[in-house]
Amino acid sequence: MNPALILLSGTPVPRDIPLPLPLPEWLLVALLVVSFLLHILFVNLMLGGSVLTLWAEIKGLADTRYDRLAQEIAQTITVNKSLAVVLGVAPLLSINVLYTVHFYSANALTGDFWVGIVPLVMAAFLLLYAHKYAWDKFAGRKKQHIALVAAAVVLLLFVPLIFLTNVNLMHFPEEWGRVSGFFSAMFLANVLPRYLHFLAASLAVTGLFLFGYMRRAGYGLGEKLPGFGRGEVLRKWYGLAFWTTVLQLLVLGPLNLLTLPWNSVTWDSAGLLLAGAGVALAAMALLWLDLRGPDEFLGRNFGWVALALTIAVLFMGSGRQAYRAVTLAPHRAEMAARTERQIQLSRAAWQDYERQMGVTALEVAVVEKLGWYARRQIVRAFQFEGAVIDLTFDLDANTVRFTYEEANLPAERIFERLEELNLRVVRPVPSGEETTAKTEPVPKAVIP
Amino acid sequence: MDFPLFHLDFFGNRLLIATIAILHVLVNHALAVGFLPLVVLLEYLGFRKRRTDPGLAATWDDVVRRIMLVGFIITTTVGAMTGVGIWLSASLVNPASLGSLIRVFYGAWFTEWIIFILEVVFIMIYFLTWRKAGESETAKVRHIRFGTALVIFSWLTMAIIVGILAFMMDTGSWTADKTFISGFVNPLYLPQLLFRTPLAMMMGGAFALLLLAFFARRTPDARRPLVSFTSLWLLVWTPMGAVGAAYYYLFIPDAMVGNLPTAVGTMAFMDWHSSLLTVILVAVLLSVIIALWGFLAPRRLPGVVMALPIIVLMVFLGSFERIREFIRKPYVIGDYMYANGLRMADYPLYRRDGLLAHATYVDTPAVTADNTVAAGRNVFMLACSRCHTVRGVNSVITKFKDMSSDGRTLDPAAMKSYIPKMHNVWFYMPPFPGTAAELDALVDYIIHMDKHADESLPGAQDEGVAVAHEEVARTDENRRGEGGAP
Ligand code: HEC
Repeated sequence: MNPALILLSGTPVPRDIPLPLPLPEWLLVALLVVSFLLHILFVNLMLGGSVLTLWAEIKGLADTRYDRLAQEIAQTITVNKSLAVVLGVAPLLSINVLYTVHFYSANALTGDFWVGIVPLVMAAFLLLYAHKYAWDKFAGRKKQHIALVAAAVVLLLFVPLIFLTNVNLMHFPEEWGRVSGFFSAMFLANVLPRYLHFLAASLAVTGLFLFGYMRRAGYGLGEKLPGFGRGEVLRKWYGLAFWTTVLQLLVLGPLNLLTLPWNSVTWDSAGLLLAGAGVALAAMALLWLDLRGPDEFLGRNFGWVALALTIAVLFMGSGRQAYRAVTLAPHRAEMAARTERQIQLSRAAWQDYERQMGVTALEVAVVEKLGWYARRQIVRAFQFEGAVIDLTFDLDANTVRFTYEEANLPAERIFERLEELNLRVVRPVPSGEETTAKTEPVPKAVIP
Repeated sequence: MDFPLFHLDFFGNRLLIATIAILHVLVNHALAVGFLPLVVLLEYLGFRKRRTDPGLAATWDDVVRRIMLVGFIITTTVGAMTGVGIWLSASLVNPASLGSLIRVFYGAWFTEWIIFILEVVFIMIYFLTWRKAGESETAKVRHIRFGTALVIFSWLTMAIIVGILAFMMDTGSWTADKTFISGFVNPLYLPQLLFRTPLAMMMGGAFALLLLAFFARRTPDARRPLVSFTSLWLLVWTPMGAVGAAYYYLFIPDAMVGNLPTAVGTMAFMDWHSSLLTVILVAVLLSVIIALWGFLAPRRLPGVVMALPIIVLMVFLGSFERIREFIRKPYVIGDYMYANGLRMADYPLYRRDGLLAHATYVDTPAVTADNTVAAGRNVFMLACSRCHTVRGVNSVITKFKDMSSDGRTLDPAAMKSYIPKMHNVWFYMPPFPGTAAELDALVDYIIHMDKHADESLPGAQDEGVAVAHEEVARTDENRRGEGGAP
């Protein structure tokens, strides 16, 4: 959006957190992109695995071979789900620190659903465990057993919508004053197309994963899935990956791109997204060749397909980040300016207050080196002293700088307290004017 | 000020975080940190019996695996999700403070995350390969080694988190230094760790005892030695827990009492402190008695009694967690940011110009004659709503009514004289940040809400927010309040 329009359009311009970023911004961005992709990979596997388990178990009502198949898929979900959660922490941290205001604002505006993630996911996981560990107990009550995983699937299908709504809303500060409640934010453009994109990706990724997982020599497909031919099972997974990705490339991807607000789609982001699509297309060609070949050679391109798709996903993830950076840039610039103005205003107000209260600054040079321990002692000695407003160290000069209310705490008391800590302080030489001697400009005594 | 404010007027925002955090701490201490080492040890002891008594070794191993199943399921569902939940809820309830904390602690949390991944991977390998490991002796040895690594990682995650908790209680030299390490290694760190480690071990033992009451019911042969050993575990850790608690008990007042800023605070602290002694004594004595009983006469220890220690220890841990209320005082980050999310450094500005004049999400940038209720509502949201509701938990109406002589009426004059002094009365309340006009509006609003029982106070999640324009005219009326010390 044009910066000049931001203020006119009812777009809020909040102040940012006035503390520095803990790492260089590019590094945080790299961490965000990579850790997010790792997280979403396992989320895909968790969701795709649950959906396929449900599908296979329902089919298993008529054909018991599929019941075995369902049980085999179910084994993978509980592992993938734990990784999905734990790998979610890093991107959460990174987006929190990089886009604090944007992300938290979106969170608050959809707050009940946002915390709702906790009980919903917890319930889904407990259902999945019950489903997995009580398989034999429910042998005679198949429908109830299916209901367990069906309920988990419903929950797991809903939760991504909450995340997508948040990540979408954070990009549109101009909407913050307009949405009211989760659903109004969910129906903003682009959430639903992205959701479909994510669902199709989940099935594709899970298809590819199950293909690789069951193809391994050590898996023992023959004994684990009696009644199925090896090629029969593997082709299912490969086919799933293929058709869902083709759907993605032909319909869902373009739909997603078209529903992005165009004014923020630059050649950078569009280029990255299209490059990703190109590589994915190449991967599909390889996969297709594989699928057309005989059973013995099934999967000979698997490594290449997986590699190409990883690259495609990296492109997509970077394109998404590039888009985010561009969309938010003007608003972030406005915010930075306002934050700076606020800091100035705040300082000026302090100075007013200091004039009223007789607040002064005192810089005390210390003989002993102000190591970590000494600094800690000093802070502890003064931290509950109401008259001390601020206390900072200058390690190069080896000085402690006090901002304090002289009326309530004479400088002499400060010196004494420091001496009680066994620190030798260098007292400023008293000059003619009694009170100003200790105030600014601060005498910087030389260490003997 | 700068975030749309989520608000739960019935349940209360503080209670939301507290519920999630307490659940998490319980699962973390009792299950991850304390229970795992005991399970690994029990597995090892069972393994050693394989030559002398293979039958017993097999049932033993099966019982231990089954109690581990419970631990596994709880940690990877409730434990994992409440851990994430602390973040999600804190970002809603106090976005400014969480945002600030993350900037300081990104490194600690990132390291924590790496260790956490390893912990999750190890716990999965450990539990999911349990059955398969029984097939050969070398596999079992490897399995037990895995368990040991898992134990170390679980303890490390706690060691890091304790640093963050200790920081929030006492910022040490961070406010002067603003570096990561000075924030992390602060004076409360070691006492915390010394106390929490044995307590977690005790809780792990107590939890195992509870589970054995169920899972070893049908296998008396295994039940007897298992209960006996678990009791021994509890017996060994209890004195250490007692020492940790005593150290904490003695160290904290020394560091804190003289420093608490108000007399009321000091009194409340002393009450708590003397009740703490009772709690320590009861918890330790009960643990010792039950553990001795279980150790000496495991057969005669009834299931109900086996459930007691974990309950007592939860109370024990809970009483210690309260210390944070006292020590943190009105800050989320000591001497830097108050619990209402306002920075100390901004107070003179807000007091001079008005809180509303600088707020991003208000429809009343200044108090005028005809908007007092609406303005008061915004002031309440900004200055009080992080800790109070209008009508729910810790309701501000009820609080003011309780202060009146008949306990039923609101007295505007008394309220107006109380609020500017509230930080001296209740030391965990931050000072009122607004102008005199805003104070009047706040009181009008509270009185209005008392009269209109049908009106509620929705949060940003229900109704969205109104956007104020920056630098909207600040009326002279708003400048009425004088600047004052934060
Ligand atoms: C940091 C959290 C916090 C904030 C912010 C806060 N309070 Fe409180 N307040 C408390 C707590 C905690 C209590 C004590 C509750 C209890 O245990 O009874 C309390 C008690 C009170 C009481 C009862 C005092 C008494 O003597 O019994 C009143 C009245 C009150 N608050 C009003 C306010 C008003 C008005 C605001 C906003 C200007 C406010 N508080 C802001 C935490 C807070």
